[in-house]
Amino acid sequence: MTTQIGPGPGGPPRPPLPPALSEPPAPRVNYLNVAYGVKSWLLTTDHKRIALLYLASVTLMFFLGGAFAVLIRLELVTPAGDLVQSETYNKLFTMHGIIMVFFFLIPSIPAVLGNFLIPIMIGARDLAFPRLNLASWYIYMFGAAFTIYALVSGGVDTGWTFYAPYSTTYSNTHVIAAGLGIFINGFSSILTGLNFIVTIHRMRAPGLTWFRLPLFVWAHYATSLIFVLGTPVIAITLLTVVLERALHLGIYDPRLGGDPILFQHLFWFYSHPAVYIMILPAMGVISELVTCFSRKRIFGYPVVAMSSLAIAVIGFLVWGHHMFVSGQSTYAGLIFSFLSFLVAIPSAIKVFNWTATLYKGSVSWDTPMLYAIGFVGLFTIGGLTGLFLASLGLDVHVTDTYFVVAHFHYIMVGGAIMGYLGGIHFWWPKITGRLYPEMWARVAAVIIFAGFNLTFFPQFILGYLGMPRRYHAYPEEFQVLNVMSSAGASILGLGYLLPMIYLVWSMRYGPKASANPWQAKGLEWQTASPPITENFERQPVVTEEAYAYAVEGEAHIV
Amino acid sequence: MSSVADTAHGAERHHPDLVHHFESLPAQKEAATFGMWVFIAQEVMFFGGLFAAYTIYRHLYFHAFVQSSRHLNLPLGAINTAVLICSSLTMAMGVHASAIGRRRPTVAWLLLTVALGGVFLGIKTVEYKDKFDHHLVPGESFQAEELHLEGSAARPAQIFYALYFAMTGLHAAHMVIGIPIILFIAWMAHRGRFSPEYHTPVELTGLYWHFVDIIWIFLFPLLYLIGRHH
Repeated sequence: MTTQIGPGPGGPPRPPLPPALSEPPAPRVNYLNVAYGVKSWLLTTDHKRIALLYLASVTLMFFLGGAFAVLIRLELVTPAGDLVQSETYNKLFTMHGIIMVFFFLIPSIPAVLGNFLIPIMIGARDLAFPRLNLASWYIYMFGAAFTIYALVSGGVDTGWTFYAPYSTTYSNTHVIAAGLGIFINGFSSILTGLNFIVTIHRMRAPGLTWFRLPLFVWAHYATSLIFVLGTPVIAITLLTVVLERALHLGIYDPRLGGDPILFQHLFWFYSHPAVYIMILPAMGVISELVTCFSRKRIFGYPVVAMSSLAIAVIGFLVWGHHMFVSGQSTYAGLIFSFLSFLVAIPSAIKVFNWTATLYKGSVSWDTPMLYAIGFVGLFTIGGLTGLFLASLGLDVHVTDTYFVVAHFHYIMVGGAIMGYLGGIHFWWPKITGRLYPEMWARVAAVIIFAGFNLTFFPQFILGYLGMPRRYHAYPEEFQVLNVMSSAGASILGLGYLLPMIYLVWSMRYGPKASANPWQAKGLEWQTASPPITENFERQPVVTEEAYAYAVEGEAHIV
Repeated sequence: MSSVADTAHGAERHHPDLVHHFESLPAQKEAATFGMWVFIAQEVMFFGGLFAAYTIYRHLYFHAFVQSSRHLNLPLGAINTAVLICSSLTMAMGVHASAIGRRRPTVAWLLLTVALGGVFLGIKTVEYKDKFDHHLVPGESFQAEELHLEGSAARPAQIFYALYFAMTGLHAAHMVIGIPIILFIAWMAHRGRFSPEYHTPVELTGLYWHFVDIIWIFLFPLLYLIGRHH
């Protein structure tokens, strides 16, 4: 990409901005160069700097979790369990799950992009509680330290689900350290969610009514509700596991009348909504990208906003679909199945509205848009296969098979990570003040899309044919599909390394970004790139709806 | 920093307790109070997991829970309830005193709150020691003989005591965290940090303390009272 944003290959030239809005002179001092030194970062209360602390931490955890995935896929190249022993394999998929879920996916978009953007998008100078925000990051690091201790001292083999009584009684691995790590990390999520809720309620700029908020903010509001109301439940659940293991309380011990199924209920009460913690912020990102690169208002703004809340609320009522075969009552299963189908409605509303936004839009194919389009397709596949799994009868057939693995990777990797990368690229000029190399970025996006599908689509077939998850050896007839999956994983891994390289490169060598390189709407594009510490020179006042794009020569359709 | 803050706020002087990113002191107070309520919502869910476990096991093992409940010390529990309600009263008085700007009464009421909290924890310690003496602490040495339960009915008694210790222990942990906070707030009040315009920390500490009391108001009947008449 050059410094000048020209017409996209698929769209007409963008109209020049009126002179009043065009480039404010870049201030000499911004949030990045206002202070130097380790202390100025580790003691900062600036939400933008804390976002960058999170960016560094979650990136580290992503590659750590990814390393375990590499080992898993290597083992599965051959049917025999020849690379690692089954005990080691159990630890590999457990650590992959724990790190990716709790230390990458859950904090990724909220703690990095949300932290950076929410105050700017609503015209505030910072989050409501800046010191609490810094504390969240330290709590995250403290929790990560416990988990990494569990890892280097021998690992955990319970699966990221910690099912009792294996986790409470029989496992001989470091369940307590890992459990405490996740327990501690939970408070980081809770405090981030609390901060977002108060900030969005109390600190919006004059004129920024609720229904003028960017959809990214709505999505984070819904996510924060889950953070605040769901995370404490996993906290107390893991605390009881730790106590049960250390003190033999008996709450989940069948010998004393305790019920292991209770653990599953409590665990999934949080961990199913946690899936929406991962996907909702990504949906918020996609709403921003689709409008910007279609040069068009989003189709059905209020419905898209409310569908985020609907997903958050209904998401609390569906946890039992993880337990269709655990021995819960059939009638409960029936109701959970029905409620799970309900989540599909707000999810589908989003997909249809994004598609309708593209219709007659002036679509351009910049990198963030490639991720957005990829997200819509992959999320649709992930969501529809979720409906297979929500169907009581079919779920019995595919429970604990690779079908489930493929399904949730389509949501978490194909959905959440695509959204995360799309957002990182879109706001990279704002965050760093530099442009990334567009050609490389497009190549990486295509590689990631291709590698992802090659990795996970064969797993749908494997699961349907009956290959169970969490085994390090398998019958020979599954080898072809497994080799395809592993080959895809190596392409995917290369795809993830590319942005790591060119984004770091661009921080020093990328062309300087203007305040609004995409000519996008939204308050974050009306301040300098990178912004000053106080975000705005003077208090912004909002006078128009979100996404007031006007395509030249075309009336508003919506 | 101050020059940046000045441009952001305009030239007028503002209250020293107004942090840079809020427009006014009332706006700052509203945000802080709202934040505390959200935190309390989080706490409700945190305790909620244990309340759910209690409800389910009480339903499953009603007899064992009733017999186990009888062994709890009702007079001490009742005294503790009264002590804690009184501490909520003294806390409310402290918040009121700070709101009308009276420094010494604020400190006195807060210290009285701490004292009552200390009494509660002391009585709780006596109760816990009694459970250790009678082998009613869950684990290897748990013995249900004194509960007059026989055979398989005796085993769930351990779950009752596991939940008893988990719930009252978590509640006590919240008090152990709250007491140093109240002491710190009392010290700030002593130093004259609060005024009718700015006493948000006292109010938030009060909210937290009342929340901890309310948890006990639920724990006391659930653990001590509701099984007795059977």
